[in-house]
Amino acid sequence: MDWTIILQAGVASGTVLLFATIGEIFAERSGVMNLGVEGMMLIGAMSAFSVTVSTGNPWLGLLVAMLAGGLLSQIHAFLTITLQSDQVVSGLALTFLGTGIALVLGEGLSKAGTIALLPVITLPVLSLIPIIGPILFTNQNILVYVGYLLVPIAWYYINRTRPGMHLRSVGEYPAAADALGINVYRLRYFYVGVGGVLAGLAGATISLAISPGWFSELTTGGLGWIAVGLVIFAQWDPVRGMMGAYAFGALRRMILDIQGPTILLGVANPFYYNPYWGFFLQMLPYAFTIIVLLIGSRDAVRKRIGTPAALGVPYVRGERGL
Amino acid sequence: MSNTTATPDFLQRRLPVTLQIEPRLQTGRWLPILSSLAALVLALFIGGILIALVGGDPFATYGHIANVAFGSLGGITDTLTKATPLILVGLACSLAFRMKLWNIGAEGQFYMGAWAASAVVLLPLLPATASPFLFIPVMMIAGMLGGAAWGFIPGFLKARFKVNEVITTLMLNYIAVAWNNFFIFAVWSEGGFQMSPMFPRTSWLPRLSDLAAQIKDFRGLTLHGGFIIALIAAVIVWFILNRSKWGYEIRLIGDNPKAAEYAGIPIKRNIILVMMVSGALAGLAGMSEISGTVHRLQGAISPGYGFTGIIIAWLAKLNPFAVILVSVFFGALLLAGREIQPSGIPKMIQGIVLVCLIASDFFVRYRVRITRREEA
Repeated sequence: MDWTIILQAGVASGTVLLFATIGEIFAERSGVMNLGVEGMMLIGAMSAFSVTVSTGNPWLGLLVAMLAGGLLSQIHAFLTITLQSDQVVSGLALTFLGTGIALVLGEGLSKAGTIALLPVITLPVLSLIPIIGPILFTNQNILVYVGYLLVPIAWYYINRTRPGMHLRSVGEYPAAADALGINVYRLRYFYVGVGGVLAGLAGATISLAISPGWFSELTTGGLGWIAVGLVIFAQWDPVRGMMGAYAFGALRRMILDIQGPTILLGVANPFYYNPYWGFFLQMLPYAFTIIVLLIGSRDAVRKRIGTPAALGVPYVRGERGL
Repeated sequence: MSNTTATPDFLQRRLPVTLQIEPRLQTGRWLPILSSLAALVLALFIGGILIALVGGDPFATYGHIANVAFGSLGGITDTLTKATPLILVGLACSLAFRMKLWNIGAEGQFYMGAWAASAVVLLPLLPATASPFLFIPVMMIAGMLGGAAWGFIPGFLKARFKVNEVITTLMLNYIAVAWNNFFIFAVWSEGGFQMSPMFPRTSWLPRLSDLAAQIKDFRGLTLHGGFIIALIAAVIVWFILNRSKWGYEIRLIGDNPKAAEYAGIPIKRNIILVMMVSGALAGLAGMSEISGTVHRLQGAISPGYGFTGIIIAWLAKLNPFAVILVSVFFGALLLAGREIQPSGIPKMIQGIVLVCLIASDFFVRYRVRITRREEA
């Protein structure tokens, strides 16, 4: 096992989780929990791949994926913000709907063969830095670099800008925000849309860059749900979200690589000699999500910070609430 | 605090009429049923348009579904066979949802129930020669225990550490499938195939075709005893929810957790208990499917029953008897869906049904009044 490769690939596949997690952080910071991430990612992955197959232009595919994710998210926005439906149920419905539509429209796409992918880049100077250079700046997909930029931008936007303050106020105390003339409904629609666009981008990152192709539901394989879990672990902070996303990416890669060598930690590698033990390795990301959630939940309870106060509560003007 | 809520600004400015939305103080008995039906019709209509858009013929597709599912005695019993696990997972979800406990893990609990029931045969806990009167009850108990154990984990984590049950139950689904795969690949594999050996006849739930010697028309009919188990389970869940003290606690916690807490109802204990009973019902579905239909443990024992159960529970408005009816409808969709191209259509229709249903709930909760605006 080569740790540089594991970390390098971890950052790459963690980028998928990164986009989805930050998107969900935006939505939840505005007070709307969207459990439809998995569905929006599948729609994004399918449309990105499909458009690229038919036009040969992956950038166009990327754009359509983001639009598709954003569009789908507006169904959730309408149901939860305007119709004040339960956010859990509506989010589930969105995952069903997104998965169903992606399966129908993606029919036959899995046989499409190879397509033009987004470029892989090595940055000239930064890649020479020892340790960090080979991991972060060598042979990475261009979307990975977009991820590096997105994290500080998201953090700065949420914590240091005026629109970011409006975003937080809508998620913490919508009645007060409304009294100050902030349009609660419109902002929530917008940030649910931002979450959808980023989930679509996350899906496109899978099908156009990290593991290219369309493998129906297995394309995402629960990554959307892991992202929702990471948001809680991240305590709604993009920087913590990034650390979680990359750690999960590295874990996923390690699970693949751990089955390779004949000797592991000085003893005969059980995963090499009995490949069926690999099923237990497959459980790890999901088990880790539960553990990470447990840590995040306990922390949040202890510190009583992080969770947007109005998360999950529909805002009704003039009604007593938060 | 006023009773009327204003229309969102962006709507008000563009419409020549004023929409007034006010909460309904009383909901008629017919209204929830009507809204569910309307949502269903609307969903089939939207689904039809989408089918036409991807180049299919909606009338032929729906006609085909109806014909396959209800066109013959064989079709009807096949539909009921498909409905059997759906009724049980639908009940599992209904019970948990009534307490606003979002058990999305019926799929994993189904797998663990199937696994535990199989273990009775394959470990083996009972010899193949044991009487069916011993075999079936032991497998039922094992299946329910398997599902309950899988429900206990998220229930405990929520009650003790406030961990979001939506994500834990969902993650446990993936773990259950991998667990199941390990056993069919590595432990109970028959000759290297990804399935266990066929179970002995003594562990099969009785089927209608067993009576073919007496009644000729029953030849080849696959409907099995699991259907009766599911119907009995529906009666029991109805009784628990509507006629027992525990059901009252569940409903009170679901409707008003604060009031329940002041009333001294043990919320944490109920979270764990409801999650376990919900898991046990889903596990029973897995046992019934294994012992009644598949007769061996293998990979694809569920085409997403656990997730369909969520939609069924919601469409049935968490009413156990309505769950039976709705399950038959979805059983038909699943049965006929196997032959429909593109293969994602049943899943897509399920998604559309759920979205329409949630939207229609709005009209159950609120009354919308349209009045013409006076000024220009």
